[in-house]
Amino acid sequence: MAMSYTPPVGQSAGGDGTRGNERQMSDYRETFETIAGCRTRIMRAGKGRPLMFLHGARGASAFAPFMAKLAENFEVFVPEHPGFGGSDMPEWLDNIGDLAYFYADMFDHFGLKDLHLVGTSLGGWLAAEIAVRNCGPLASLSLVAPAGLRVKGLRKADIFLLSPEQTVRHLFHDEKIVEAALAHKPTEAESDVELKNKLIMAKLAWEPRLFNPHLHKWLHRISVPTLVLWGAQDRIIPSGYGPEFQRLIPGARLAIIDQCGHLPHMEQADAFTASITGFIREVAP
Amino acid sequence: MKFFFFHLMPYADLDPSYDEKYDSAWVTLPNSYYDRKKGHELYNRYLDEIEYADTVGFDGVCVNEHHANAYGMMPIPGIMAGALSRRTSNVQIAVLGRALPLLNNPITVAEEYAMLDTITGGRLIAGFVRGIGAEYHSWGVNPAISHERFHEAHDLIIQAWTREGPFPFEGKHYNFEYVNCWPRPFQEPHPPIWIPSQGSTETIEWAAHPDRKYVYLQTFSPVAALARYMKMYRDVAQRHGYTASSSQLGWSVPTYIAETDEIAYREAKPHIEAFLNKFLRMPREMLLPPGYLSLASMKGVMAAKAALSEKQTIDTVIEKGMFMCGSPKTVRERIEKYESEIGFGYYLANLQFGTLPHEMVLKSTKLFAEEVIPHFRKRLPKAA
Repeated sequence: MAMSYTPPVGQSAGGDGTRGNERQMSDYRETFETIAGCRTRIMRAGKGRPLMFLHGARGASAFAPFMAKLAENFEVFVPEHPGFGGSDMPEWLDNIGDLAYFYADMFDHFGLKDLHLVGTSLGGWLAAEIAVRNCGPLASLSLVAPAGLRVKGLRKADIFLLSPEQTVRHLFHDEKIVEAALAHKPTEAESDVELKNKLIMAKLAWEPRLFNPHLHKWLHRISVPTLVLWGAQDRIIPSGYGPEFQRLIPGARLAIIDQCGHLPHMEQADAFTASITGFIREVAP
Repeated sequence: MKFFFFHLMPYADLDPSYDEKYDSAWVTLPNSYYDRKKGHELYNRYLDEIEYADTVGFDGVCVNEHHANAYGMMPIPGIMAGALSRRTSNVQIAVLGRALPLLNNPITVAEEYAMLDTITGGRLIAGFVRGIGAEYHSWGVNPAISHERFHEAHDLIIQAWTREGPFPFEGKHYNFEYVNCWPRPFQEPHPPIWIPSQGSTETIEWAAHPDRKYVYLQTFSPVAALARYMKMYRDVAQRHGYTASSSQLGWSVPTYIAETDEIAYREAKPHIEAFLNKFLRMPREMLLPPGYLSLASMKGVMAAKAALSEKQTIDTVIEKGMFMCGSPKTVRERIEKYESEIGFGYYLANLQFGTLPHEMVLKSTKLFAEEVIPHFRKRLPKAA
């Protein structure tokens, strides 16, 4: 059963925009690091083995409940990608490959190793791009409804043509969650972040739409245990992409969360965290 | 002031009930709504209308570029300009396309414009645009790099026209070992360049720069916005140390003239409202894809264009000065009033709009040519 609903990332869940009371949900801290010349906003929480969460198209302005849940077991890093939310838009950022190399720099910056890398949607695509370049710093990889591949005939939603209301209806499976999300009227600050995130999203994913035509050739290079996780009722990137990732990544396992749309970490946060932590415990005890 | 006849060439036979099933006449409206035979008739009728303008005293005619829509059937405007280049003999021909960022090879534009300019013996006006947002959906081109590609394509075309070829071009989006434009344009150093826009600060800053001094055209906007953007252009010029002349500024506006105000209003009403509510109709996500404008401009335009998706009437557009409608005297006086207040050197009359039928287009065009244009010609010496 779903955890109690929180608004989607980027729509005020007690984080960005209400930074004064950021500690109400969990003890996280927000830092800004300059990496590859880009001032980057990072939320950090918890202790233990490092886990980094790479957000999707809607950014990671707010410290969400699933992050707090993960922070019970891990030292959690939640950066906002260059170009998104509170991070700068660097001159050098043209494509997903630039972001992948940026994260190689970030791992060096923090001296990260044995990192559990979790990415959702755009962030899942990014995590795969990072892993095909170098799995050295990684202990495991979790791809949650990742973009990045194209299976001919298996159409993704046109995220750039959906209205705000249609977007919400596509993102979530549960009608109650849809209605709650639609009832939220964004503040001006939230709308500004939304515009900024959409702009960089277009830059990265407009054409070819939400995939890299060369990624599929190199997914065999991923040498760490990999989990592919999908919501059964995903209407943005259909869960039919799950088996394709599983086929191309050696030894990858595939898990489907039922009654769940494109954002398992928001819509089924309990099942999501249980799945990620269970997988990591098993492959890296 | 110079007067141009501007045609959009809509698919006027569009079934107006399309909007019960589809939210736009652009991008996603199935082309099964398009009838091949009617298309054939419309193209030839519209070319007749433009050719008629050539015979009655207009200074120029304009064709336009849009893709995958019922609003305007000129995806390749050079075809129309080519057809007109041999059938007209007086007018300048302004191609108010080419949407440079859509193209993978901008040299095609350098070549096409050079050919048109040469055939017409220098009657071409070269338009450069980015296309509207919907084009980026239809052509799949990334709107977030639209500005970059526009500027780079522009630089490439100007160099192709002005530098001795062959030369290499080293860009970010376009790279060539041998740029060598044959033919060269007829006009030296190249045809006049016009930049149509709906009012983007970046575009105005760029067009007004002393390196360019391109003619800036404000398209289909309230007269208050027209005044604001024309002032912005003049201010930019002043900042750069020169005074912009009115021949650097143009206004494009739907126009309808009949015998009296009352007749004009009654005759134009269904057709201008079809233009507003059927042909222009598109959701915001289609009109303004992310990155098409800078974040600051995006916020401004989103507010200004909020009305575009709402139902508009002939009264609202007349009141805002977005539609010039009335007797010859009324239209003449309004143009004169706006001209004296705002100062623009080109008036681009959209004398066909929406579903406006052929006979009304000819009547309105004739009245405009006989009773509006001569009035301004008479005072030309004073203005010059």
